[in-house]
Amino acid sequence: MTQAQVKTIPVVDYLCLDGGEPKLTALVCDACGAHYFDHREACASCSSSGPFTRADLPRTGRVGAFTIVHRAANGVRTPFVSAVVYLDDGTAVRANVVNCAPSPEQVHLHMRVRLVTFELGTDSEGTCAIGFGFEPA
Amino acid sequence: MPRPESDSIWVIGVAMTPFRRYSDADAYDLGGRAALAALADAGLTMADVDVLAAGSVNQARPYPAQQIQRRIGQTGIPAYNVLNACATGAAAVRVVYLAIAAGEASIGLAVGCEQMGKKGLLGQAAPVAADRYVPSGKYGAVMNIEGVLGTGLMPGVFAQAGMTYAASNEGVGFEQFAKIAVKNHSHSTLNPLAQYRKEFSLEEIMAAEMISYPNTVLMCCPTGDGGAAAVLVSGERLATMPSEVRRRAVKISASVMTSDPYVADGLVQPDVNTLTRNAADQAYARAGVGPEDLDLVELHDCFATAELLHYDNLRLCEPGGAGEFIDSGAPWRTGRTPVNVSGGLLSKGHPLGATGVANIFEVTTHLRGEAGDRQIADAKVGMAHVIGLGSACAIHILERAAA
Repeated sequence: MTQAQVKTIPVVDYLCLDGGEPKLTALVCDACGAHYFDHREACASCSSSGPFTRADLPRTGRVGAFTIVHRAANGVRTPFVSAVVYLDDGTAVRANVVNCAPSPEQVHLHMRVRLVTFELGTDSEGTCAIGFGFEPA
Repeated sequence: MPRPESDSIWVIGVAMTPFRRYSDADAYDLGGRAALAALADAGLTMADVDVLAAGSVNQARPYPAQQIQRRIGQTGIPAYNVLNACATGAAAVRVVYLAIAAGEASIGLAVGCEQMGKKGLLGQAAPVAADRYVPSGKYGAVMNIEGVLGTGLMPGVFAQAGMTYAASNEGVGFEQFAKIAVKNHSHSTLNPLAQYRKEFSLEEIMAAEMISYPNTVLMCCPTGDGGAAAVLVSGERLATMPSEVRRRAVKISASVMTSDPYVADGLVQPDVNTLTRNAADQAYARAGVGPEDLDLVELHDCFATAELLHYDNLRLCEPGGAGEFIDSGAPWRTGRTPVNVSGGLLSKGHPLGATGVANIFEVTTHLRGEAGDRQIADAKVGMAHVIGLGSACAIHILERAAA
């Protein structure tokens, strides 16, 4: 099987893998501009029932908060760095910081980071799940 | 003592079971024990109670209020079950408060109870690997995203909340957070009801097993079991009660509940700050007191990082000054504003549903001058704060009778 034939699926539906560089997308409230990663009944900020328009998000940002998780749910490899990343447009995203030693000496608040994607696993039909994280920029 | 204003609401009975693990009693037994003790403390029985509100988080079904009635007295009164995350117990108090304020009851009983056993710090089952990737849920996820896209478990969430504060305020780091655990573990040695009563040095706390940086295991609350109860009464009814009950009565000067207002990053990282600030501001305004008037504060230190945030949220320190506040010793029992003299959730324990009543027990006990070895001398005004993620924040400001 060549690389082109491998079927992929994003780990979550707000990770866009449809050609070009992988990117995160958000639903944006037309009325007030609030950003969402989840499906919406209405806007939590202004209560407008929409419409919501899907928009691409910047691929770079800064670490606004992080923790280094040493004791995790079963099956999760530790330690890992969990972070809230503020993208360059201000949108907050929760993800792991990767390609960086999981120690408070290596991860810094306000650190510049960029989006990266990687394989998470393959299911029984050969579909490969693609995850994302942020690495030091 | 002056006659209580008829529209005021008072606490006349409080009790809590020791917080620990119970193998011979369930959550409702513990709630029932606390309820009976609180009623006895008020000189009343179930026959005097007009309304009951009770809550538990893990034992929300099959309905704590009715379970407790079956254990201690079925009198046919209206009974409400409440569930509001870690603010469940405080929500029960507030339901009773509202029933009295509405004039539908003059005496009410609020109970919180919980049995967590050795549930474990994370309280979560192992993710099950799927045979085939199918997007599901509100994010269209093809697998359990815990640990894949950051963490949503409590130790990590509260670690990140603390690190957000550290990011924007000078002089806040691992050591400041750890000092809070030193204080609360030390305070707990004076509290016979606390789950743990052991002192630890700063070095021991910082060197303990790291759970979620910067919170080590000694900076995370334990799981445990317990019950707590409070009896509330209208000022009008209190005026007819024996002088001994009136002398020991504690006035509820503010009872406030808030939820999360929208903030842009709140759907990614729970915001424990805004609703706490809103609740504090409303509570101070209603009670007509300021942070400088507080003789003690019981606040929601589920993790050491959380307590530090709430120094600022509750206006106990200058804006941005929570690091300096703990460094100065101000929240120690000998300091300017004693915080968590019970040992706090970190050491007294945190049986979820009981916590929001137990902190009212603690403040009331000090205001009555009945706190024994851990008594804060001449305490007149105190605050009880809880927050449950979701979120719900409850603040009660209590004042000693002006006798």
